[in-house]
Formats: sequence, structure tokens, C-alpha cells
Amino acid sequence: MTAPHDAPNANELLEAVREWIDRELIPGTEGRLRFHARVAANVLGIVEREIELGPGQAAAHEARLARLGVGSDAELAAAIRRRDFDDRADELRALLLESVLDKLAVANPRYVTGAG
Amino acid sequence: MESSAVGTELSTMLSQLLDDAEIHGLHRLSGGASRETWRFEADGRPLILQRQRAGDERDMLIEAGVVRAAGRGGAPVPALLDARRRDDGMAFMILEAIDGETIARKILRDDDFADARSRLVGDFGTALARIHALDVATISGLQQTDQVQYYTDVLDGLGQPHPVLELVRNWLIDTRPPAGRATLVHGDFRLGNMIVGRDGLRAVIDWELAHLGDPMEDLGWLCVKAWRFGATPPVAGLGRYDELFAAYEEAGGAPVDPVVVHWWEVLGTWKWAVMCILQASVHLTGAARSHELAAIGRRVCENEYDLFAALEGHW
Repeated sequence: MTAPHDAPNANELLEAVREWIDRELIPGTEGRLRFHARVAANVLGIVEREIELGPGQAAAHEARLARLGVGSDAELAAAIRRRDFDDRADELRALLLESVLDKLAVANPRYVTGAG
Repeated sequence: MESSAVGTELSTMLSQLLDDAEIHGLHRLSGGASRETWRFEADGRPLILQRQRAGDERDMLIEAGVVRAAGRGGAPVPALLDARRRDDGMAFMILEAIDGETIARKILRDDDFADARSRLVGDFGTALARIHALDVATISGLQQTDQVQYYTDVLDGLGQPHPVLELVRNWLIDTRPPAGRATLVHGDFRLGNMIVGRDGLRAVIDWELAHLGDPMEDLGWLCVKAWRFGATPPVAGLGRYDELFAAYEEAGGAPVDPVVVHWWEVLGTWKWAVMCILQASVHLTGAARSHELAAIGRRVCENEYDLFAALEGHW
């Protein structure tokens, strides 16, 4: 719970709606509507995971950017295009892969295991 | 059945174009902002109408010319009955309707297509060899663009810089294969744009992205991870690289350099990442509000992960 709000917290509310979509909406629909219901449930799952993992991931991302000496992804992207990181390629790739894995942990955790 | 005013107007137009044929069962299969596909019967013959509003950046009559040439060259395409532009700018094509499945997940998983699955990679190689053998001098209006430059411009226009996409862009520039002979390229050759029957590939459809370029682009795009739809085999989720290359060469295609196909597979994965950002922006800018489009924005990282996998050992 985050004061001053009452229970359920944001994540528990999302979970409640997602469970309703999975349990009742999806089995009761077909075709395009069913597909869009699945997409909706999936989107709520993303938000639930982002609420849970987001703060820790944001701190880890800040630390990665600091290690590379840039202030944002935009700065980093521009520096890579200017070839500023060509002599730190291995380190850069390892840090970028960490970012991608963090994004996947929120967006689609099953993707990395090949199940998603 | 289609009882709306649009349907009535279309039925009248179709009847006039098709020698006063009786039009039945007109219904819309799909439609976007600028383009629609309809199915109908004319004197009992199943046909497809594709129409495009005035002002679309792509010219449907160029696509019609490609389909006609592909049919003449022995590539599996629906027969083109008519294509023209009306005075109000609306362009359309009337094509033979071909029975079969286009939904990739069904083709990859349903028992009905078990036999087809064992043949499709070979069918794809043969079809591509025929497409790439067409005489491009007989087709008007084909463009050739530098895709790295084109999608860099798209990415920059979206204002959402992605470090991984920059890293891969550098790799694409540094390892770009030398330009060879430019051929007709389908431009979106993958499950979803194929009509498949129990007997295998029946027709290649959706030629709107056809252009001039390196024929290996089509082979690479067919192997992009997103077009495996969750299945494991690298070629369209159906088979091995060497099966595709052998079928292509056997049908008269130029000798395949796997390094070049790999470059195009990486280019395709990178390009699909940019297109995912673009699709989410269609929602975010309000051009078409849709939670489905919004969710595609969170699939960019899948492509980024695929790029790391595809470039492992190649950096």
C-alpha cells in the first residue's frame, strides 16, 4: 500500500482485472475480440512487472550510463553513432545486453527462454 | 453480404468492369487507413478486390505491374484480371481468389498442414528463384533505396534513440556486402503473405513493397526471428538454411553466399525493430488509437535481443 491509498495497491488492482480477462473475458469471446482481450491481459502483466521491477532497473540503468560517462540513452545513442565507443566495444555490448534483458524481464520474461 | 452504400457502389463498379457479371457475397477481408481488401464472386467465380485511396505513397499500379510480370514469369501469384486508376484517384486491382491459409501460426501448427510444412521451404526457394529471374526492364516504376539510410531516417524522425540499434547500424555499415546485380525483390516474403494449401505454397501475395535490390534481401527477411512465429527452425519457422539455399540454387537462383544472407537477416531484424517503434508511435501520436499498436512498442527489446543472438560471434 502507498499512503494515503487504501488496499488494494496498484499492482493488486491490475492483477484483479487481468485475472478477470483471463478467466472470463477470453473464454467467452472469439476471433479478433479474443485476440485483443489477450493483448489487454498481456499489457496489464507488463505494467504489473514494471511496477515491481522498475525502480531497481532504473537505478541499475543509471549506474550503467554513469560507467559509460553519458547522462541518457539519447546521449549514448549519439556517441555510438559518432563511433566514440569503438575502443570499448566489448564493455559497451555487455552493458547494453544487460539493459535489453531488463527490458525483456518486464515486457516478455518468457522470450529469453524461447517460450515467449 | 455487404448491404452498405459502399458495398452497393462497389458492386455496381465491379459488375461494369467484369462484363456485367452478377456480383455476389461482397465482403471486406481487411482494411487500413488507405487500403482495403474485399472478396466477392462474379458469376460464381471467386475474386479479390484491392483498392487504395488517392494519395497513398505507394502506387498500386506499380504493384499490379509486378504481379502481372511475376505471373508471366512462372512465379506462383494470383491471376490479375484488371487494374486501373479512376478519375477520383482511387486505384484498384481485381485478382483471382486462391483458396488456402495465410495465418502463420495455423500453417506452423495445424495438422492439416503437416505435409505442406515438409515442402514449404523448397517451395519458397523455387518461388524466390523465379521472382529474382524476372526481367526488371519489363516492369515500370520500381525503386531502389538504401535501406540502412532509409530506416535511419525513419528512426531519427521518431525521436526515440536506441543505443542497441545504433550499435547494430554501425555493424551493418561496416560489413555491408558489395552491391551485386539488382533484381526484383518482393520485399515482404514471409508467412502471412503466402497462401498455403495442404499441398504447399499456392501463391505469393502482398507485393506492395516490391522494389529493385539485392535478391538476398528476400532470403534474409524470410529468416528473421519474428517471422518464425515462435517456432525454432530458422527459415520461416519451417526448415534449415541449407534447404532453402539448395532449393533456390536448384531452381536457377544465383549461388547463395550465407554471409550475405546473414547480413540481410540482421538488417531485417534491425528494420523490424524500427518498424515496432513506428507502430507504437501511430498510437502515441493519435493517428490510430489502439492498445495492440501500443503494446508493439514493448516488443522492440525482443528484436534487440534477437540482434544480440544473430550477431554472437560476428561482431
